[in-house]
Amino acid sequence: MKPFHYERSSDISSACAVAARPASKFIAGGTNLIDLMKLEIETPANLVDINALPLGGIEETSEHGLRIGALVTNSALAADMKVRLKYPLLSQAILAGASGQLRNKATTGGNLLQRTRCPYFYDTTKPCNKRQPGSGCAALEGLNRMNAVLGVKDNCIAVHPSDMAVAMTALDARIETIAADGATRTIPIDGLYRAPGDTPNIETVLQPGELIKSVVLPPPPPGRQIYRKVRDRASYAFALVSVAAIVAHDKNHVQDARVAFGGISYKPWRSAEAESTLAGASLTRLSYDAAGTAALKNARGYGHNDFKIPLARRTLRAALAEVTGTI
Amino acid sequence: MKQSSDRSLGVTRRRLLEAGTVAGALSFVGDPRLAQADTSSDAEASSNLVTVGLQINGRAHTLALDSRTTLLDALREHLGLTGTKKGCDQGQCGACTVIVNGRRINSCLTLAVMHAGDEVSTIEGLANDDGLHPMQAAFVRRDALQCGYCTPGQICSAVAVLTEHKAGWPSYATADVASEPMLTDAEIRERMSGNICRCSAYPNIVAAIRDVVEGDRT
Repeated sequence: MKPFHYERSSDISSACAVAARPASKFIAGGTNLIDLMKLEIETPANLVDINALPLGGIEETSEHGLRIGALVTNSALAADMKVRLKYPLLSQAILAGASGQLRNKATTGGNLLQRTRCPYFYDTTKPCNKRQPGSGCAALEGLNRMNAVLGVKDNCIAVHPSDMAVAMTALDARIETIAADGATRTIPIDGLYRAPGDTPNIETVLQPGELIKSVVLPPPPPGRQIYRKVRDRASYAFALVSVAAIVAHDKNHVQDARVAFGGISYKPWRSAEAESTLAGASLTRLSYDAAGTAALKNARGYGHNDFKIPLARRTLRAALAEVTGTI
Repeated sequence: MKQSSDRSLGVTRRRLLEAGTVAGALSFVGDPRLAQADTSSDAEASSNLVTVGLQINGRAHTLALDSRTTLLDALREHLGLTGTKKGCDQGQCGACTVIVNGRRINSCLTLAVMHAGDEVSTIEGLANDDGLHPMQAAFVRRDALQCGYCTPGQICSAVAVLTEHKAGWPSYATADVASEPMLTDAEIRERMSGNICRCSAYPNIVAAIRDVVEGDRT
């Protein structure tokens, strides 16, 4: 691990000011950042510990949604009764990720900003455009079983590893931030992540020193919610494919549906195509398959991950069948 | 026999290890570079020394540490509390599990300096003058280990699982996350999935935890 200057901040403006300096990083739970620092993939010169900042708590908003402080741990968020009652897919998604130990440390803001687990991002002997821009992408011709099939080009096929963010994407979460100059803004979660383009090393629209303060969930949309995750072992593994779905329906037809996928792109992948295909559709396997086909229309496999395309379609079908009770 | 000759000398394996730790510490005093094996240069390291106050198993400690020191390395290398194990050192195995402010965490993935003022409980702090912690006793009774390397982490994790369950926390094995789940074997397995056992002693680990859960119920 490279040496760094450690600073524990007690107020937001000074934390942002320090973090705006070159080669600075905020640290909250640290479960991803410290791992990457040990491997010298992350080499901050200044580490700004934000754990003492007043960014905890889960409160109801005036629109009857929830405001979740950036420092709320994944465990606390999943166990909060307001979340369990009104946003059960968020609890399910968080509990589907990592382990009890990691969820006790990992925070809401940090979970959103965690980095990919692409093996070539971690292997410093291999080229990786995300780790070292311009060096190439070893995953294209390599063991790309865990990599993306949608929304990426050949310079980086890494996936975003979060489960929590997939549920939040289906819930239209908004990210509230504060910048070093004190300016605040609200970013829709779907606009937080940047497409890899020519700079896969830059993953979000956040500026240096810009801090996530909270995540706002609008009131839950009508319908039942589900998070379904497919992985190599029953617990404590990243998703091959996951689906967050919220479906309102009458006896025979879908009234309104929201669909987001995890494990297939550089960000949680909200599928407008699946949602429009489902709107008004009958509660049948045929409809669910049509939604999956629409969602994966532009998907492309890279060899070892070709299986993710049919797997995503089948996972969506299973999630829709379960959430509508029409198995 | 090897075992009896060890006994006749009055030397246990643990005593021998502890003696090694002290000898190691003394040699570090002689040559500070040895104490910073993972340090790229002494000049860089000395500019990032931090003083950290930690409460460990009810005792206050003040340590001067390189800011890079993980909580795990602070416990093992600086305090000689070698009960907490270093397995993977990257948050995948759970051998380093300790309880901080009542919650279990991976001590390998956190910096000691981030825990100034925190209460840390390690495996060494679970037993008291009355004997073993009920979870330790259950692991012994159920033979819930083979090589034993993961066991301190398993036990710390299991103790915290009971706390989390008493607080009403759901898990991925909970069908309805809004309900208050019973600690079934499926729940125990899911909640313990962050602790890997290379010897695969899982059936007896689950049995030991189940014993303590049932003991609490009666």
